[in-house]
Amino acid sequence: MGKGVKGMARETLLTLAILSALLGTVIVAQITGEGFVITLATKVAIFALAGVGLNLALGYGGLVSFGHAAFFGIGGYVTGILASHAGAGTAVTTLPFALMGSNEMLGIWPMAMLAAGAAALLIGALSLRTSGVYFIMVTLAFAQMLFYFAISWPRYGGEDGLSFYVRNSFPGLNTLVPVQYFAICMALLVLALILSAALVRSRFGLALQAARQNEQRAAAVGIRPYALRLVAFVISGMITGLAGSLYADLNRFVSPAMMSWHMSGEIMVFVILGGVGRLAGPVAGAAVFILLEHLLGGVSEYWKALLGLLLLAIVLFAPGGLIGLVLRRDRHV
Amino acid sequence: MTPLLHLRDVTAFYGPVQALFGVTLNLAEGEVLALMGRNGMGKTTTIATVLRLLAHSGGEVRFAGVDLHAMPSHRVARLGIGLVPEGRRCFGPLSVAENLTVAARPGPWDMARICALFPRLQDRMAQPAKTLSGGEQQMLAIGRALMTNPRLLVLDEATEGLAPIVRQEIWAGVRHLRAAGQSILVVDKSLAELAAIADRAVILERGATVWSGNFADLTPQIANRYLGV
Repeated sequence: MGKGVKGMARETLLTLAILSALLGTVIVAQITGEGFVITLATKVAIFALAGVGLNLALGYGGLVSFGHAAFFGIGGYVTGILASHAGAGTAVTTLPFALMGSNEMLGIWPMAMLAAGAAALLIGALSLRTSGVYFIMVTLAFAQMLFYFAISWPRYGGEDGLSFYVRNSFPGLNTLVPVQYFAICMALLVLALILSAALVRSRFGLALQAARQNEQRAAAVGIRPYALRLVAFVISGMITGLAGSLYADLNRFVSPAMMSWHMSGEIMVFVILGGVGRLAGPVAGAAVFILLEHLLGGVSEYWKALLGLLLLAIVLFAPGGLIGLVLRRDRHV
Repeated sequence: MTPLLHLRDVTAFYGPVQALFGVTLNLAEGEVLALMGRNGMGKTTTIATVLRLLAHSGGEVRFAGVDLHAMPSHRVARLGIGLVPEGRRCFGPLSVAENLTVAARPGPWDMARICALFPRLQDRMAQPAKTLSGGEQQMLAIGRALMTNPRLLVLDEATEGLAPIVRQEIWAGVRHLRAAGQSILVVDKSLAELAAIADRAVILERGATVWSGNFADLTPQIANRYLGV
């Protein structure tokens, strides 16, 4: 077996190990009655899902998007708006067609993903005409536009955000039971990881990675980088939008903060901490982030300074992130 | 008959610096054309203008009758030009199989045929391209270009910096391609090897065509004058 294949097999095993650890933590917490730990693990799964979305664009496409909070927030707001209208029994809109509220997750997720995907298509179509620092700035600018729009949208809470009091439902499950809601988030995370792995190993994914390594060289074999990157950016936005929908349901609350540049930065931190272009990178990154927040957040409100130092150390000494540290010389895109 | 590749009085600039001053060449379908000249005379730049990696500022570049002016590189490649760039330049982190897959377009060339042409690649399929030897990377670069099923294969210094035994292996592959009727534009310094495969030659000096004709007509005097051999 070649080194590349061995590396991929080891990465898959490590991904399974990390997911098993997360699952194991929840099982122990369920047995010992630690509901708070289950909520923390749910948060890890949701943030990891957002990171899996960004990792497609950043890790494999080389697109340093500093505006993924826009998609996270759109997913959240779609969920919040539909749920609040369902609660009030009113229509979201009657023109051009009547759109009623919904509290069914299976109906809300596709709408959240479609809205996030449409935003990603628009933002990507414009921002992908630039590169480097300009791409970062354009994605950031779009996210900030949406952030300020949400702040000044009184119908849905404006700066105060929007609460909905009952978590949306899923057939056959009681989503208000922490472990059952965790199961939903975990299942979606696993599906996203499988989709991500399949995409990355498909011809589309290989071309995306080839264009990331050298645009001219890729074009010389007939690859059109712009179209590839746009598709990757849209899929990435849709996955992050789904994470936003789950996050809104977890808190039963959405606010403009979900779209702020802080959120974009945090999603990026999950990816960089865990390992850019590593399948399990966002999962490891989100887990460490939540763990640090939980362990150090109670000690000092300046715990993010320590996170900053850790991030600095990772960037300087382990550019492959935590996953890269474990896998060492194995393949890294 | 319309030539497969036609360049007429092509000029090009790198920023403010003019690199091509009037390159003219024609390559017919099934022909092997050697593009020759000393270092820095514009051979690689000419190839860059053909692939639209560098925009030409004047003259005409046509492939199969299609004007390549303002056409993006990926569309030029899809028209049927396969480039083996100078310095190999494979996609390093991707495996050999992935390098071949990513370039694949419909046609007679597939992975099995590439492995038959360069058997060394067969055992390296799962290996990242950056871990291959220089010769193997060159074979992979040729294989990747062939996977696009090109009407024209462009070889830019395909054997430079390789061990003699590996060069022989690569030249054997190129001779096989020629025998199969593949159109090839080849840049190389080895006159002996070019003589074995090239039908015609074009010589560039200071970014312009100074001689073109049948390879058999390339006398030692001409070679001495323009190629310094």
